[in-house]
Amino acid sequence: MTASIASPQQNWLLLVLRLRTFVALLLVLAYFSVMAPNFLSAANAVIVSKHVALNAFLAIGMTFVIITGGIDLSVGSIVGLCAMVAGWLVLNGVDLGIGYSVWFNTWEIVGITLLVGVGVGLVNGLLITRLNVAPFIATLGTLYIARGAALLSSEGRTFPNLSGTAEMGTASFPVIGTGNLLGLPVMIWLLVAVALGAHYVSRRTPLGRHIYAVGGNERGAALSGVKVDRVKLFVYMFSGFCAGLVGIIIASQLQAAHPATGETFELNAIAAAVLGGTSMSGGRGRIFGTIIGAFVIGILSDGLIMMGVSSFWQTVIKGVVIVLAVVIDQAQSRLQARVALAQEAAVGR
Amino acid sequence: MTDHPIGLTIRGGVKVYPGTRALKGVDFDLRMGAVNVLVGENGAGKSTLMKVIAGVETLTEGRIEMEGREVHFRSKGDAVKAGIGIVFQELNLFPNLTVAENIFIGHEPVRAGVDIDQAAQANATAALMRRLEQDITPDTPLDHLRVGQQQIVEIAKALSQDARILILDEPTSALSAAEVEVLFRVIAELKAQGVGIVYISHRLDELIRVGDYITVLRDGEITGSRAMAGVDIPWIVRAMIGEKTKEFPRTTAAAFGDEVFRAEDVTLPRAGGGFAVDHVNLSVRKGEIVGLYGLMGAGRTEFLECVMAQHPASRGRMFVEGAPLVERDVAGRIARGIALIPEDRKRDGLVQIMAIRENLTLSSLGLFTRLMHLDLKAEAAKAMEFVKRLTIKVASPENPVSSLSGGNQQKVVIGKALMTSPKILLMDEPSRGIDIGAKAEVFRTMRDLAAQGLGILFVTSDLDEVLALSDRILVMANGRISGEFPAGTEAATVIAAATPSFKKDQAA
Repeated sequence: MTASIASPQQNWLLLVLRLRTFVALLLVLAYFSVMAPNFLSAANAVIVSKHVALNAFLAIGMTFVIITGGIDLSVGSIVGLCAMVAGWLVLNGVDLGIGYSVWFNTWEIVGITLLVGVGVGLVNGLLITRLNVAPFIATLGTLYIARGAALLSSEGRTFPNLSGTAEMGTASFPVIGTGNLLGLPVMIWLLVAVALGAHYVSRRTPLGRHIYAVGGNERGAALSGVKVDRVKLFVYMFSGFCAGLVGIIIASQLQAAHPATGETFELNAIAAAVLGGTSMSGGRGRIFGTIIGAFVIGILSDGLIMMGVSSFWQTVIKGVVIVLAVVIDQAQSRLQARVALAQEAAVGR
Repeated sequence: MTDHPIGLTIRGGVKVYPGTRALKGVDFDLRMGAVNVLVGENGAGKSTLMKVIAGVETLTEGRIEMEGREVHFRSKGDAVKAGIGIVFQELNLFPNLTVAENIFIGHEPVRAGVDIDQAAQANATAALMRRLEQDITPDTPLDHLRVGQQQIVEIAKALSQDARILILDEPTSALSAAEVEVLFRVIAELKAQGVGIVYISHRLDELIRVGDYITVLRDGEITGSRAMAGVDIPWIVRAMIGEKTKEFPRTTAAAFGDEVFRAEDVTLPRAGGGFAVDHVNLSVRKGEIVGLYGLMGAGRTEFLECVMAQHPASRGRMFVEGAPLVERDVAGRIARGIALIPEDRKRDGLVQIMAIRENLTLSSLGLFTRLMHLDLKAEAAKAMEFVKRLTIKVASPENPVSSLSGGNQQKVVIGKALMTSPKILLMDEPSRGIDIGAKAEVFRTMRDLAAQGLGILFVTSDLDEVLALSDRILVMANGRISGEFPAGTEAATVIAAATPSFKKDQAA
């Protein structure tokens, strides 16, 4: 009964607009498989997915942050810092200062590094909730601090040869970024797990509902009993967790840690989230949308490389796609609001 | 009093909004060099009449004349050109700019079309301040001024555009007693300079003091218009509310149960000294509807916010069913059985972009949660149950709540509050911004809920409403409870309690 209010064309258009990121994904896929013959091969698909995965992790965390109406500029720096922390622990362990060092195995290193990422996120969250610093400024500050800390850790040098040793229990360290499980890279399985978990939280838990409510109307949410500060702390800590994971994966993949790792990653993460339909004003966004957004960006750049398009043009094209996505997003919101109004007006009468 | 020329007249003024006639054939004369007082209940048409004069709205029928010629104001700019200035209740100023910049915003004196003539602007501002006898320098940042001084800056802004007619909408609602005196001196001077002033206020004692002519509006019609000499408060009240009161559904008074909520000695300091909520004591019993009446700024909303843990600076003791309310956050207070229906639905009550279902269940997600898992089926079923119970008219509970009409949105807010199974319901202006039909339904719902044993404390500025709905009436003024009356009390008695200085004058 509800569908009859909107015209069939409106419904059709609304469906296309709603699935626009998916449509865009199919379009770029189709285009590149025609233009670059090897593009659709299984081997290439795995390579592209690995590129996309790094951005997708960050974009998932970013999506939660943006849904609450915030922004996290520090993720790229957290990636760098966590890569250095992991590298340091593999290479040097922790010097206790009394002539002894403590060494950790792979699992412990992963745990400690993730805690560092979550810790930076916690600092972001505390600055924003307790000290009322605007998210843009707070995370801009931690962007510099974390990057500085990463550079200080090695005085700007790279930690090389992170292949690990069996006697320290770190021989498995390279597996995280390079290993395969059931025919797929380990990091892809990790991405699937994080994405499914994030999707579940966003759709099927009170915490997820509260994240949307805080972004939709912070005051209204607070008056409804939502613990706004806790929700914000969670999203920044989760974003830090995702960034920490990416830092570990990169260090493991390269078997080296460089302090400049992750520079400008935050911008790609924001782009993927926005492309996937996340609203910068808060309250709207979906995890799967973001992941498709990350794939569109990743496929676009990899495909253009395979076609031999200059990297300068790639940058321009990426920008155009992002702006276009937001323009279409506006059109969808307007149409959706019109259809809903028409439906409700018909009932109200 | 005799030689006040008429500066502006309205004859047969009709203003139709979709669904309502805000003005029904109004005749109004505005006299120059005098204070023309405009009074009436909320929704009587005062604001509409004022907006018509100021060019913000245009008349549907009827005509406006100035100096014998018909005039048409298509915009506020047209009215400004004709010498009409308006100071809205909500000040339209820029706290980050200086006094001079505020006064000349939008009509800055410029050289060569672009360069602001700072000196001319400062001189003109200084001259205006001298005219208003204010000791404010032109380059003071606006946010350094007290509210009363800001109001005077607004008046100066109108005068800077050569206003001969000045409309003041509730100018004293945010002012302290001393600031009111300053404002009255300014008004007296402007009068002497021949400016015609329209003065709108709910404070009846103030009107009698400052006014030369009075016009009373009720339901879009003028029910009294005369020179102020000989007018007293009973006359105004009769003209405002008439002999009868509007009928609202009313069940016979049930026997009330035990006390469900009590507040003792609740205070909230006001920024800049004094109290917004000044040692308030009150209690509500099961099944009782208590109406909290008062003027704007009396501290009623602030009191409800204190109960809902919105003001960390508030002090005092509260009890639910006799047990002290120690929880410091909203979630804790909701869990103890307190529910608030805020005054501003858009800002405080709803998350506009979320679905109707999501808004209804936002405070009660715990009902459908096991561990971390949200049972969406159970949630949807509960939402539908409340949609039916409150007869909310929706096409689909998945549509955004913003697509609903005001009345249905209000029911969603009520539904959200009820889903938490409250023991006491706090309602802040529950009928604001909804049409008459929806109003009656909301009131019927309130009656039903009380009959089911809920205690209800509702805030209203509408006299009819408080008289018709309340089992007991509390009146607040200047942050204090200034009166407590049983149902069936005379309107004049209630109004008198809401106007604090009135009682003093009567006694003198």
